[in-house]
Amino acid sequence: MATQAEVEHSRKTFGWAARDTSGILSPFNFSRRQTGETDVALKVLYCGVCHTDLSMITNKWASSIYPLVPGHEIVGVVTEVGSKVQKFKVGDKVGVGYLVDSCRSCQNCDDNFENYCPNYIMTSGAKYIDGTTTHGGFSDSMVVEERFVISIPDGLPLDAAAPLLCAGITVYSPLKYYGLDKPGLNIGVVGLGGLGHMAVKFAKAFGATVTVISTSPNKKKEAIEHLGAHSFLISRDQDQMQGALGTMDGIIDTVSAIHPLLPLIGLLKSHGKLVMVGIPEKPLELSVFSLILGRKTIGGSLVGGLKETQEMIDFAAKHNVKPDIEVITIDYVNTAMERLLKADVKYRFVIDIGNTLKSSS
Amino acid sequence: MAKSPETEHPLKSFGWAATDTSGILSPFHFSRRENGPDDVALKILYCGVCHSDLHTVKNDWGFSTYPIVPGHEIVGIVTKTGDNVKKFKVGDRVGVGVIVESCKECECCQQDLESYCPRPVFTYNSPYYDGTRTYGGYSDFVVVHQRYVLQFPENLPLDAGAPLLCAGITVYSPMIYYGMTEPGKHLGVAGLGGLGHVAIKFGKAFGLKVTVISSSPNKEFEAINKLGADSFLLSTDPAKFKEAIGTMDYIIDTISAVHSLNSLLALLKLNGKLVTVGLPSKPLELPVFPLVMGRKLIAGSNFGGLKETQEMLDFCGKHNITADIELIKIDQINTAMERLAKSDVKYRFVIDVGNSLSTS
Repeated sequence: MATQAEVEHSRKTFGWAARDTSGILSPFNFSRRQTGETDVALKVLYCGVCHTDLSMITNKWASSIYPLVPGHEIVGVVTEVGSKVQKFKVGDKVGVGYLVDSCRSCQNCDDNFENYCPNYIMTSGAKYIDGTTTHGGFSDSMVVEERFVISIPDGLPLDAAAPLLCAGITVYSPLKYYGLDKPGLNIGVVGLGGLGHMAVKFAKAFGATVTVISTSPNKKKEAIEHLGAHSFLISRDQDQMQGALGTMDGIIDTVSAIHPLLPLIGLLKSHGKLVMVGIPEKPLELSVFSLILGRKTIGGSLVGGLKETQEMIDFAAKHNVKPDIEVITIDYVNTAMERLLKADVKYRFVIDIGNTLKSSS
Repeated sequence: MAKSPETEHPLKSFGWAATDTSGILSPFHFSRRENGPDDVALKILYCGVCHSDLHTVKNDWGFSTYPIVPGHEIVGIVTKTGDNVKKFKVGDRVGVGVIVESCKECECCQQDLESYCPRPVFTYNSPYYDGTRTYGGYSDFVVVHQRYVLQFPENLPLDAGAPLLCAGITVYSPMIYYGMTEPGKHLGVAGLGGLGHVAIKFGKAFGLKVTVISSSPNKEFEAINKLGADSFLLSTDPAKFKEAIGTMDYIIDTISAVHSLNSLLALLKLNGKLVTVGLPSKPLELPVFPLVMGRKLIAGSNFGGLKETQEMLDFCGKHNITADIELIKIDQINTAMERLAKSDVKYRFVIDVGNSLSTS
């Protein structure tokens, strides 16, 4: 007998889903809607594996709806467009990121910041407007409202483009919003994983002097020689941190583990900005004094709006900003999740959906 | 042999000082420098009592060196000017605020942001560049470099104007810097004391809708009827609090006790700004989730530079903004400090130095 997921829409779809909080992914038959008049249907070729996928499949935030098909760093090729679609045609290379819809009428949507719409809809694991659950890019196809589809320029390899759709925009957006995109600034990047390595690359492309701040001394060689960071600080080394006090215009903090803020605030020049893009699950200790004495700011940021995501992709293509990826087969995804939990990847897994996701039926 | 406070400088001075962490103030003889070519000497008429004075005399922040003559909301009359002083003349009504010196060379000083100079000299409890310590405005006169002296607008009363020199600039500066001046926007003011009540007045002068956020229900009547706030949110009322979630564009947080940032962040709209100007003596807890999900920010601000302090005073002169004060004599200062510790003042004590400080 067919499951609800298989019959709630009319387009048969296949992917891998987590069934429960163990987070183990396995083949999953479901369905997607037919292409509406403003929809773009695409065959998925690649999908990046974001730490958020891992958190969602293990129900870290106690809000996951199972079965859950993760994946919101999706790249593919258009197979069908609705009658009112203007920007895309069959055969175009496109991407889909963290959102597949928003209210489209609030101030934030009007300002092209759909990511701050109070009613935005996530690409995976969210309730869609018709009551069904959204399923993400660990699947063979997607059907997405045109506004939430990104054009991938020629010159960007499709597999490497995938992580830009979440990791890329997550660091690009705050670098711009908080004014940290001017040439000649000193930018710190805390944490060297998927987000961190993208922050290093974008900050360098903006003309900044970049320092990586990390707890792992063994990341230094890669940070400097491969990613091109100008310097590297071990955050637990008091002397190193002391030597860099008051030197940074901005810091992008990608770390989601609990960690001390005071040393990072100390690295900022006066009027400096610490931007949080990781989400520790407990509050962090904040010395208000340390913000007051230097008129410093701590801000947050969440992915980006669609207009700026397109801008970011175009910028990445023009300036050759590409994520460092490890391409895997769909069968490897559970092992990849275990490795991701231990931060054992340089620096993003990307699933070769097009060549390895095959329905068994 | 090290010189004593009475002999280290040539001019005899008299004030009230705290000599230990009890914070009790008593008469104190000390000395001040002679006017240099860039200095202004002023006879002190009034001095505001800032909560920082209380924190310092009790060594709450751990860096007090006794004896301490507090006071950095100083107003008075110029009695002498050095040869290089052109902006002031004898008889001028002037003020002195939180700092009396800075390096004048760093990027912050060059941009008129002396409050962020890495080598500031505070008006009291601070080592001066010659190694002697600074003494503040609970005293008969002070000698200050002209750069750190403010001209007082003619129409502003000196007593009610004194608190502007710290409380005033402390809320004015971040309101300007963080763009909290767009008419029609919604400002929350957390805490209703010396800083909070002035923030309401500035907020209204900027054309903002102002809501006071407080845990004291008995402050509501005054907040609305006397200070002109548009509404009052009792932070301990869960139902009222829930209604207010996501309604404020900015919040000035003046609370110096340990308190919940999570609640204040929840009151902000998306892209909202929370600026803290209170100085709790312990760290607070910062939830990162609301910052990320709503692109909100939390920031600090520290009084202000001298140029913007003058701007702020001129703004107050134009809009007739002064503090609401309770005038006291110098020998009432210890009682005033006890009452300040319980927030029992509407909303700033000001010492009538000119009429009550005399060597006995």
